[in-house]
Amino acid sequence: MVDADQARLAEFLGAGQPKVLDQWTEAAGRGVSDRISPAELRRELAEILSLTVAVLAGQDEAAAGQLRAVLQELSRSRARYGFSPRETAATVLSLKEAVYSQLADSVELLPAYLGFTRFVDDLGLQTFEAFVGAREQIIADQAESMLELSTPVVRLWDGIIAVPLVGTLDSARTQLVMEKMLEALVATEAEHAVIDITGVPTVDTEVAQHLLKTVVAARLMGADCIITGIRPQIAYTIVSLGIEFGDVLTKQTLADGLAHALSRSGLKVVPA
Amino acid sequence: MERVPILKIGSTLLVSIQVDLQDQSVQQLQEDVAERIAATGAKGVIIDITAVEIVDSFIGRMLSMIGSMSRLFDAQTVLVGMRPAVAITLVELGLTLDGVQTALNTEKGLRLLSGRS
Repeated sequence: MVDADQARLAEFLGAGQPKVLDQWTEAAGRGVSDRISPAELRRELAEILSLTVAVLAGQDEAAAGQLRAVLQELSRSRARYGFSPRETAATVLSLKEAVYSQLADSVELLPAYLGFTRFVDDLGLQTFEAFVGAREQIIADQAESMLELSTPVVRLWDGIIAVPLVGTLDSARTQLVMEKMLEALVATEAEHAVIDITGVPTVDTEVAQHLLKTVVAARLMGADCIITGIRPQIAYTIVSLGIEFGDVLTKQTLADGLAHALSRSGLKVVPA
Repeated sequence: MERVPILKIGSTLLVSIQVDLQDQSVQQLQEDVAERIAATGAKGVIIDITAVEIVDSFIGRMLSMIGSMSRLFDAQTVLVGMRPAVAITLVELGLTLDGVQTALNTEKGLRLLSGRS
């Protein structure tokens, strides 16, 4: 991308760097001044600008890689602090405006400016890509920590464990619940497990299938599994979808489930 | 081929599988169990699969068949110590092991059998 035009533009920008930077800081700061101080913004942009000039001049081989790294870091921090994609991209794209305002008197540099806008557009795209990547990473991290948070296995009594499920169930989560519960059965030698779905707003065929598989797997391991707390809407859904619960034991509430498990273990609760 | 030993405790046969199961050894086991039940008149068979980490549909079906077979001798089969991963695999394979009872460990399995007789 290095040609005579570009080298001249680089020279021009290098000479007028502080002025361009002023313009750029002002243009990029529009609308985001409440979240980032002009001084901070200027510091960030100064680094990008000097690297851009180095890339345009074509003398520093490593500059392109550095520029990319700096842009990625900028996008990542923008994503983390809740800037919108438009604001993030505008930060980079406003460089064009800043450079153009400086070029106004030197018409002979206009052809080089055309190439330069393409270059800045490419930088903008890189920024956007990094921004989206950072956002996706945040979402993935949150999903993972939610998955860990939301599947406790509780010991209710000697030989009775409960798995209270709260929130929407998807296949991945039901799978995790299944594994955790089966492992808890081995660890606690519990013969009864109660899966309580009071806090589950909806159940679809796939999730119901997973729940049934869990019950069958527990049975294979030698433990009884009871499902409790099916809400009216869910009962309605299950029946309308034609899901066959077969010989899986269901009880109205967690308390009923516990009472059943206790009586099956030969225990009785009496007033003290 | 390794043969799985069959121990006799009272009127119960205890089969503890400690090796990775090959199709051939499972088949051999099936025959051995039948012969031992016939020879000893055992009333219960406990198959301990605590050490088994991998099963396939063939082994699953064989275990189920040992159960059905011992029932013909009026002996009850209890499969004990199944690992979660094995249970999940069997369910995914669609095997429910009809005719075989299950318990979490050998102790509970023995109690299950003694409760019956």
